[in-house]
Amino acid sequence: MSAKAEIEIIEAYCKGCSICVEFCPTKVLEMDAFVVKVANADACIACNQCELRCPDFAIKVHKL
Amino acid sequence: MAYDYEKSIRPGKLPHIWCPGCGHGIVMKGLIRAMDACGLEKKNTAIVSGIGCASRMPGYLDFNTLHTAHGRAAAFATGIKMAKPEMTVICCGGDGDGAAIGGNHFIHACRRNIDMTYVLMNNYIYGMTGGQFSSSTPTGHLASTTPYGNPDPCFDLAKLAIGAGATFVARTTAFHANQIDKLIAEGIKHKGMAIIEVLDDCPTTYGRRNKFRSVVDMMKRLKEIAVPVTAAAKMTPEQLEGKTLTGVLHKEDRPEYCESYAKIIARVQGA
Repeated sequence: MSAKAEIEIIEAYCKGCSICVEFCPTKVLEMDAFVVKVANADACIACNQCELRCPDFAIKVHKL
Repeated sequence: MAYDYEKSIRPGKLPHIWCPGCGHGIVMKGLIRAMDACGLEKKNTAIVSGIGCASRMPGYLDFNTLHTAHGRAAAFATGIKMAKPEMTVICCGGDGDGAAIGGNHFIHACRRNIDMTYVLMNNYIYGMTGGQFSSSTPTGHLASTTPYGNPDPCFDLAKLAIGAGATFVARTTAFHANQIDKLIAEGIKHKGMAIIEVLDDCPTTYGRRNKFRSVVDMMKRLKEIAVPVTAAAKMTPEQLEGKTLTGVLHKEDRPEYCESYAKIIARVQGA
């Protein structure tokens, strides 16, 4: 399965709340030392839920 | 392209000061999307707040903004709207600021039905000052000033607004991020007082005292307690126990205050 979007993480803004990791329906994201990282980019379905629920403006979902 | 929030935020203001997982950032994103959807121009929009965590919001937003005395956002906003009725006026603040310390201003702005939108972020606590219980802390819950449980019943803020006379009242939660911007946009378009209560999470001063082990636990709780009004109509009172209704709870048409006031001026000057 190919990625439907490219996820950009602004690490300087991420405070590590992990809301995005928990509510990603396809488990694209994971925590890495209190900062989110893209672990499974190909599974992204571009649902935008991580960007909508990121309180820190740290995630941008660029649809492909 | 990803949504461009930065165009509405003052340069160099991010990252914001809110704690990790605080829902205020989610609400601010929703507010930006709502203002974009309504096509609001920066020069014709005023955002007003009182004091508190949620009231930090105008500091980040690149509009005409006013950070006022504790609880007095609605009073200052009324002044702006009366002086410049063509302006879109948006208030934002928390439950402690809006409904406890500023409860008087809040209910009278509702009663007047002045054309403004109030985004009321209810995180059940006074967050900024150290977690004291507010008028919306649920009975039995712990706060720094109720270490053995809060004995007071809490306000249902949406019902308070409806009772006070607001003509558009809606409720959603920080978990339902998709709904926040739609309800705020509907409130902005509504002619009259629009209250949008957003149930929020405060992991730092409310969550850790009330046995929420993480931000995610608090978000899951918001997901569990929210029931859309349309679904609630088909549910029994037992099923609705402990739930909170979300969506548009009340909408009516009533004369708007600035228009009523202008009519009086025209009548007296014409006489």
